[in-house]
Amino acid sequence: MKNRTFFWFILPSLVTMVLFIALPIGSVVIQSLHIEHSAVLKEVKSCGPFGCKNQVQIDVEATAALKEEKPLGQFTGFGTYKNRNHLALNELTKAWGTSSTWEHYFSKVYNLPFYRALAFTLTYTFVVTPLVLLLGFCIALGVNSLPKWIKGPTIFVSLLPMIVTPLIGSLILFWMIDAKGIFGASLQWIFEDPNLSLKASSTLTWIMLIVYGVWHSAPFAFIVFYAGLQTVPTETIEAAMIDGASRWERTRYVILPHLVPLIVFISLIQLMDNFRVFEPIVGFSAQASATSLSWIIYNDLTGSEGSFFGSAGATSVLTILGVAVLLIPVLIRTWRDFSRKVV
Amino acid sequence: MSELIHRRPKSFTFLIWIFVLFWVIAAGFPFLWTMWGSFKVQGDFFSKADWTYAISGVRTQIETGAAFTNDGYFGAWVTKSFWQAALNTMIVVISVVIISLTLGTLGGYALARSGKKYAFYLLMLALVFRAMPHITLVSGYLLPFFEWNIWGHLPTAIIVMVAINQPFTLWMLHSFFLNIPKDLDESAMVDGCTRFQAFRHVIVPVMWPGVITTGLFSFLLAYNDFTVTATLLSQSNQTMIPKIASFLGTTQVEGNVMFAVAAVVSATVPLFILVMFFQRQIVSGLTAGAVKG
Repeated sequence: MKNRTFFWFILPSLVTMVLFIALPIGSVVIQSLHIEHSAVLKEVKSCGPFGCKNQVQIDVEATAALKEEKPLGQFTGFGTYKNRNHLALNELTKAWGTSSTWEHYFSKVYNLPFYRALAFTLTYTFVVTPLVLLLGFCIALGVNSLPKWIKGPTIFVSLLPMIVTPLIGSLILFWMIDAKGIFGASLQWIFEDPNLSLKASSTLTWIMLIVYGVWHSAPFAFIVFYAGLQTVPTETIEAAMIDGASRWERTRYVILPHLVPLIVFISLIQLMDNFRVFEPIVGFSAQASATSLSWIIYNDLTGSEGSFFGSAGATSVLTILGVAVLLIPVLIRTWRDFSRKVV
Repeated sequence: MSELIHRRPKSFTFLIWIFVLFWVIAAGFPFLWTMWGSFKVQGDFFSKADWTYAISGVRTQIETGAAFTNDGYFGAWVTKSFWQAALNTMIVVISVVIISLTLGTLGGYALARSGKKYAFYLLMLALVFRAMPHITLVSGYLLPFFEWNIWGHLPTAIIVMVAINQPFTLWMLHSFFLNIPKDLDESAMVDGCTRFQAFRHVIVPVMWPGVITTGLFSFLLAYNDFTVTATLLSQSNQTMIPKIASFLGTTQVEGNVMFAVAAVVSATVPLFILVMFFQRQIVSGLTAGAVKG
């Protein structure tokens, strides 16, 4: 295809991507280097029956005018990055100096909002992804060996947790595990503890979110693996059987190697999607014990005290850096494959 | 011989059945339960006394005189004007699907036929864009949108979602167009068509299966979105999902959680129907990218 034609074909798509994906990335970087104006103060002489006093007041007009003039706020450089709500460099050094054990140090670091969110996001990403692969693979093996008439309905039901809106899915589970819902009540009955509540403990909340994550994403892995199983060459399996391979050995040495590209594909998609975990935290109202990077950005933008664009920008930039770290191995791999193909 | 592959001990078959049954219950039961419960009163669905109330509907009998009640649905759709949100969702979703498919088919076709190195770079760039958490992009839009006074309107949210949708749409349609033989449009061009005419008259008639599958996923992305719609739309323009999220706060206080339950079930129904009719396309779409590697 000629370069000119290619350009016109791709133009509309490229324009939307540049305008609404590339520019915003630039915009968050600029925002993160600025901070909201502090209110302009003025001194007013207020006179009462007991004489005159000088009072400090917020000059509403001047503040508004300043905001109007420079909507971005003041330039602070990397100030926002270094403050307590983000990388908290000072607090880290201080905690390092005052804590005697690693445990102590980590508990101090965990109290800083950014590291708290990072801890949950990473745990969620790296626990959910392997579990999704494992469960998806097991379901695929199971469904593959069912009689034909029941496969269709099984796949239909299996798709539901993935297709349903994440917020809705988490709400549905949340209501069931409520102390008065069916699971919550059953658990109380099983453990004979009328005060047992999954929402109260921070560990249980983490487990709950992870269970939701696996429930939500396992169908995706299942479908991909299931499709992969249809393409496993029967000749190889037959040959393995003749050589005396057991069922387990056939799965391990014939089927699994055949599915390796799919495992890479699912891991890639899952890492990207799990790293931005956000809706379940809203759905489960879990912010007290688990926050994610996406959630703290959302909180900065829609908090009750107005939006903190500088703070949200800084967290966004740090999140994007995190995504970049996750993506680099994949990009290098794809790059190598492509170069090999061309040469 | 293939008979032999599928022969297995009885106990093993039994285990497989138990496992699959367990999964099917885990996947399907929550929906069934919530759908059933949405026709009860709060005292039954969230029963302090006995969870079986949710099945028998004891409190529902006492409070409304029947075993099932539509109060939750009435409250959500009429009292809390959920219909408005449903209408907004419809407008947003249909626009997003149509626009992103139009842009995506043109772009995807070009990427599939180019064969140049920059097409590959563009695809890689799209992959990077696909990985960006949506909320980081939103925090880049908000301030400019406030400044330009375009925050809160449906078209803004639509165009933003089209853009967020593009990387995925491009990848998917690109791989579909690769499956359509090159000779088809090239022979049309030998006959004197321009590239666009060849696309319009030769490719468009055969591309529909791929476009429908991609459209389904665009639909799901727009329908399921919470991040963009919750932050970029004003209260009066809210779509269903942010509306449900805002229900949570208010209804809990007022003691009508059942409104939220009814709204959740209402929002799930279209998805059920979608899966029922397009199961095959969804499955093929999920696997299209994967199986080809």
